Amino acid sequence: MKYLIQRILFYVFTAWAAITLNFFIPRMIPGDPVKALLSRFQGQMSSDAIESLYILFGLDKDKSLWQQYLDYWVQLFHGDLGLSFTAFPSPVSEVISDALPWTLGLVGVTTIISFFLGTGLGVLAGWRRGSWVDGLLPATTFLSSVPYFWLGLLAIFLLAGPDSFFPSSGGYEPGLVPAWDQYFIPSALQHSLLPALTILISSVSGWILSMRNMMVTVSAEDYITVAHAKGLSDRRVALSYAARNALLPNVSGFALSLGFIVGGTLLVEIVFSYPGLGFLLFRAVTAKDYPLMQGIFLVITISVLVANLIADIAYLLLDPRTRKEG
Amino acid sequence: MTGDPILEIKNLNVDYGLGDQAVHAVRDVNLTLHRGEVLGLAGESGSGKSTLAYGLTRLLAPPGVISGGEVIYHSPDHGTYDVLGLDDKGLRDFRWAETAIVFQGAMNSLNPVHKISTQLTDVLEAHEPKMSAHARNARAREMLKLVGIAADRMDAYPHQLSGGMRQRVMIGMALILQPQVVIMDEPTTALDVVMQRQILGQLIELRERLGFSVIFITHDLSLLVEFSDRIAIMYGGRIVEEAPAGALYKDSLHPYSAGLLGSFPALRGPRRELTGIPGSPPDLKGMPTGCSFHPRCPKVFDPCADNIPVLGPPSTPDGSTRTVACWLHPVVTA
Repeated sequence: MKYLIQRILFYVFTAWAAITLNFFIPRMIPGDPVKALLSRFQGQMSSDAIESLYILFGLDKDKSLWQQYLDYWVQLFHGDLGLSFTAFPSPVSEVISDALPWTLGLVGVTTIISFFLGTGLGVLAGWRRGSWVDGLLPATTFLSSVPYFWLGLLAIFLLAGPDSFFPSSGGYEPGLVPAWDQYFIPSALQHSLLPALTILISSVSGWILSMRNMMVTVSAEDYITVAHAKGLSDRRVALSYAARNALLPNVSGFALSLGFIVGGTLLVEIVFSYPGLGFLLFRAVTAKDYPLMQGIFLVITISVLVANLIADIAYLLLDPRTRKEG
Repeated sequence: MTGDPILEIKNLNVDYGLGDQAVHAVRDVNLTLHRGEVLGLAGESGSGKSTLAYGLTRLLAPPGVISGGEVIYHSPDHGTYDVLGLDDKGLRDFRWAETAIVFQGAMNSLNPVHKISTQLTDVLEAHEPKMSAHARNARAREMLKLVGIAADRMDAYPHQLSGGMRQRVMIGMALILQPQVVIMDEPTTALDVVMQRQILGQLIELRERLGFSVIFITHDLSLLVEFSDRIAIMYGGRIVEEAPAGALYKDSLHPYSAGLLGSFPALRGPRRELTGIPGSPPDLKGMPTGCSFHPRCPKVFDPCADNIPVLGPPSTPDGSTRTVACWLHPVVTA
């Protein structure tokens, strides 16, 4: 328990450091968002409007940096991340919360499927060395060495087209309104198939390979021989003895990959013009939309930290050796 | 003390690898374990003692294969059968319930992620599925008590126990189904001398109480002389001498046995010079011709390099109780 509290305190500190950096970095970049916005409106703005924009973006020149920093924190706790330029005058929090479910739905679900599928196949491949699952390994390794965005382009090129079942871009049929109804959900699923497959194919082999190798390593341990000698069923030895121990490194890898769900598959979303966070970040960068970038970075930072915390907790639950006595 | 045979190893051959590349780790081993007996198996590293133990329980990891022989087990309840001929189900039932093993690595024999109690009860779960969870726990508790571990250690994880405690848990685990045969593969090698004696003493006491037979594998011959009834000496995958422990200690016939005895300090008796054996154990890939010990043997003479001596009773007065494979003691063929 003490260990867990220590970890949480550490993550709180890391979060503070990340958020503070997030505050300072845009202020160190030459030029400021208001000037960028001004150029978008091609100077057709009164000086009063410019002044209020500065205040709005928390760049009030009358205020000290310290005061700005404090205001930034106050705003953060109110869930206020400022206003987006590209979607002006929508607040950043709204823009992000529109995009987040798409990314979580697509990348989150595929990451989880990929982990369980890959780990399961890895257990099989490692336990029955030389079986058909083991024979798949070179093929999956080849697929994982292909960059996934290229795989996505290939999928669009080969599978998508005017008459194809697979749409080549977007998150849903353009005419539909996002809602939990019988028109929208099938359309959203249909649109997610290709990007999901692309991510799945390119990521599953990593899990297979690492799990297989851990299984092979663990199979040589003395306690596996003991388990066999005890006359336990092959299934029980494979799962409760071998896989249970082989799983440990994979679990921390899984938790880390959960953290990268939010920002990690930028390229797939770009390739498929998928309305998720990665695509949003891409647009924010090209449009120099600082508040939006800042907001997305914040979300990514927090999700990585939360994933790390989950990894710590999972490890505590799975490996008794990490638990402190008492 | 000793009764009917319980385990008979007949012409057992174990190879590592297949075909011409195969290394013959165990060759033509014949060995009989009697009911209630402690049979010591001694030899240098690489002499095939552990391979023999893994072979007769069919636990060899690939590329190890049994290339010939029989392991006849005389079960008190289920008649006589060849262990090497059992199907998977039969083998699972045979393991642990009839022949349990305590392995070399005390530190790694327990699964690090499960509690001691789980690892004790899963044997019962596999072999006696009708037993209730409560009865299983009670039995596990009883076994821990038997080996001198407090019952509150049931919920401990392996890393919370010392090496000696872990090995005692393993011994308790080995006895939980009351097997007829317990194979001890260097069970105390990883432990300090004090702990060694403590555990061995406990083991002998348990054996007297429960009446199982033991195959005790070690390179520590002086330990065997004290604890076992009979001793078999292995060299280069073959048994070179087998004799009652006392007889082997007093006058060993094979020069290799004498060399082994000379390289350990006696536990009791006057101090004497330790000699050791010159040379190193043979390479199993290129075994010497004739008697495999002849390049290192101090008493080597004419026939040794050309002909393999046969294991058989020597012409000594106690020849009927022992066997040896050495040209110095030609087999009585009468």
